[in-house]
Parts: sequence; structure tokens; C-alpha cells
Amino acid sequence: MISVRDLSFAYAPGQPVFSGFNWTVNAGELWAVLGPSGCGKTTLLYMLAGLRTPQGGQVQINGQVITRPRPQTGLILQDYGLLPWATVRANVQLGLRLHRFYGPDGRHAPRNERIADLLPAVDHWLERLGLLPVADKFPGQLSGGQRQRTAIARTLVLGPDLLLMDEPFASLDAPTRESLQLLLLDLRAEQNLTTVIVTHAIEEAAFLGRRILVLTQPPISEPLIIDNPGAGREPRGAYRGRPEYQQMCSRLRALLDPAA
Amino acid sequence: MNRRALLFATLALLLCWEAAALLLNKDVLPPPTVVAVTFFRELPGELGKHFAASFYRVAVSVMVSVALAAPAGLVLGQSKRLNRLFSPFVYLLYPVPKVVLLPVLLLLLGIGDLPKIAIIVLILFFQILVLVRDQAAAIRPELIQSVRSLGAGRRALFTYVYLPASLPAILTALRQSVGTAVAVLYVAELFATRLGLGYYIYINGSTYFDYPAMYAGVVAMSILGLGMYFTVDWLERRLCRWQYVI
Repeated sequence: MISVRDLSFAYAPGQPVFSGFNWTVNAGELWAVLGPSGCGKTTLLYMLAGLRTPQGGQVQINGQVITRPRPQTGLILQDYGLLPWATVRANVQLGLRLHRFYGPDGRHAPRNERIADLLPAVDHWLERLGLLPVADKFPGQLSGGQRQRTAIARTLVLGPDLLLMDEPFASLDAPTRESLQLLLLDLRAEQNLTTVIVTHAIEEAAFLGRRILVLTQPPISEPLIIDNPGAGREPRGAYRGRPEYQQMCSRLRALLDPAA
Repeated sequence: MNRRALLFATLALLLCWEAAALLLNKDVLPPPTVVAVTFFRELPGELGKHFAASFYRVAVSVMVSVALAAPAGLVLGQSKRLNRLFSPFVYLLYPVPKVVLLPVLLLLLGIGDLPKIAIIVLILFFQILVLVRDQAAAIRPELIQSVRSLGAGRRALFTYVYLPASLPAILTALRQSVGTAVAVLYVAELFATRLGLGYYIYINGSTYFDYPAMYAGVVAMSILGLGMYFTVDWLERRLCRWQYVI
């Protein structure tokens, strides 16, 4: 599904973050990208999202070279990215409004998309994510968890085939974070969504990522990939109590900080 | 604002005025009761005519200012490159007291409504421009990125993000500049016109020495400013409802 070929990127000349980086994500996989702040993981995600252009090499999704945001890709950010002046319902409808604004031109909205077919999805996702009671409230009136669920609903309304998340649960308290992590696992399994979640939290990467891409010190050329087959299996919450999970956390910790 | 509190403050101010008029006991400060009688007697005739002229000028000025300055501010707030190019000009021109250009505008634009509208537009333009520009530049990049990821290009970002995000700035700029607009209107109406509240106040005060009529003009001008202030408040409550709920 995603194919990163010979990717290079530098914030400043002579300070490459990625140099000749290759990476492949298959359809339906759930990846965690783990690394310390400043390692380039957000940059990588933005290049997958088409919001940043690689300086060398390319990102392909389903064979198409990414040069701008792709309408079938959903993006969820840490600070939610909700319109503060729009209600929860209006925020969830935003993608549809934008697609109607341009029409199904294949650039901003998928070709042969019919907005009328997507309208019932608004209520479906508001209900599925428990947002109906707050549908007429503004983001400023919501808790962090409700805001992030609004952002998730807004993305899922468009029926994406790829979900990119940048530290989506980092600013939430622990119980909310854990319940949203479980929700994400459920949604991903239901929709068979290819998902890439960027995080700096070892526990989150170990709990969510069936496969984990570890980014250490830039410049990064070779991907360091850890398989984590226990993540996301039924019953989903139970993995956190298993020894494999603990071992995975220790292993990731050792990779990120070899001195420890 | 609480209506009862406003009513109470209005009555208290009128009482102070009445007391001051009693104490001073001179023609130059008639009591509010006398002014009120004149005001309501003159309103359907002369005063109403001058009020309408002033209202027209200030309303057109405000609309033209918003129509010119808001898009310009949005563009500058969106584009770092254009802002770098223009911000030195804005920085230099913003503090220049534009009202001193009135004689020049009168010479260039003649004696009609045009120079009066132009001078107010010139003043409001920069105030709105600067506030809208800063508001547009302060929009979080994460918000822009996530709306772009939903499919928005430049045009949709403008319509769905930049414009609604700048509405509070436009209204704040208007609220701050309504007083200035009316003050400048007064000055502008002292020159080359026989129509408008500025002219009405001046002619009654300094030529006819008809002080109750002069004060009726002052009251009308205050109502003009206050009415615009209330309108901005009303628009803000309607259009920026999200800022009032917590």
C-alpha cells in the first residue's frame, strides 16, 4: 500500500533526517512509528500525508506518487485540528463540505464520490463514537477525549483506506488514552484500515503497533523494524497484562536508549 | 451587557447632567429635559436630515473599510512572503494621523460625500488590516494541516478557515474604531458641507448660539456611535456564538 523509496529529507543543509530511506507498509497493517522528539517521525508522517514534499526519493500510495494530500487518506493530529467556531456536528461534516465545495475532481475529493451516500455516515459515526449528546456543542466545551473522538469521526465519515495519526493521544489523561487506544484497535479491525500511528511513548507503540518502526538517531537510512504479533489480538485490552508486552517495552526501551 | 444595568447607568448620567446644568446655570449647558424636547421636535425635520446624511457616510465608510481591509489582512496573514514585503509600509503608515490629510482629500475629491468617506476608510483600513492580519497569522498550523488533509486547497481554506477565524478580529477592529470613525466624521463635516451632524452641531453652537439644538446634535451623534457599537455587539453574539459558550 505505502512504498517509501530512497527518501531524503533535511531540515537544514548538511543535517539530513532521512537519507536513502526505504520502507513498505502493506494494506491492512497497523504500524507504530516510535522515536524520540526531533527524530523525524512527524516529518515522515507529513510526507505520507502529502503535506510535505521529500527532497529526494518518493512516497507512493497504491502506486500513486504523493505530491499533495490524497483524498482517501485520513490524518489525525495531537491537537485535534477542529474548527473552534463549528459545532461537533459541523466539524464532523467538514470533510463532506470540502468535497462538495470542489466536486468529485479526483484531486480534492475522490472521483465518483457521491456526497449524498456519505451523509448517513455523519450520524453513524457521531453515534458510534458517543458524540450524539454533544453534537451541538463547540470544541471548547468538550473534554480532550471528546475532541479527539470528534476528529476521528470527521476522518472516518469520508471512508478512508489509510489512517495516519500523529501522537493522537499524547495530551489525554491515562484512562481516556487507554479507552481511545482500545477504540482505535476496534475501529481498525472493523474497517480493515491500514494505520500508521506516530508516537514517542514506548507503551503506546508496544500496545498498538503490530509492527513497529523504530527511528533512532538521524540520519536514518535503514528501517529498524520490530514485529509485535501479540498487539491488537482479542481480547484487546489483555495484552497490556502479558509478559510479551512487558518484554516488548523493555526491548524498545533498550533500542531507544542503548546506555540504559 | 445587562439591559437593566445599562438603563440604570443612562439614568444616572442624565441625572449628573441635570445637576451640572442646575449648578452651572448658564445657557451653554442646558438641562437634558430641554435638550430632549428640542431633540424630538427637530428629529422629524432638520436634525433627521443631518442624521441621515451622517449615518449614510459612516455606514458606507465602515462597509468599504471592511470590504477592502479584511481580504487584504487575510492575504497578508496567509502569505509570509507578501507580509514581509508589505509590513514595513503598514508599520510606517499605521501611526500617521490620517485626519490631517483631510484638506488634501477635499482638494482631490471635491466637496461631496467622497472625501468624508475616504478619510474614515483611510483610518479604519489600517486598524482592521492589522488586526485581521495578526489573527490570520496566528491560526495554528495544525488546524491548517488537518483541514488540508481533508481535501481543502487554498480557496476552501480561505472560505472555511481563514474567513471564519478572522471574523472576531474584524468585529473587534470595528468595535475599537467606531468611536474614531464618528469623531473623524465630525471633523470631516466641519468642512465644505452644509449637511451632516458635524455641520449641524457647529452651526448651532457657534453661529446661531442655539445651545439646545447643538446638544440635540451631540445626542444624535452619540446615538449614531452607540447604535454602531450595539450593532457590532449583536453581530458578534450572532456570528461568534462559539466565543460566548463555556
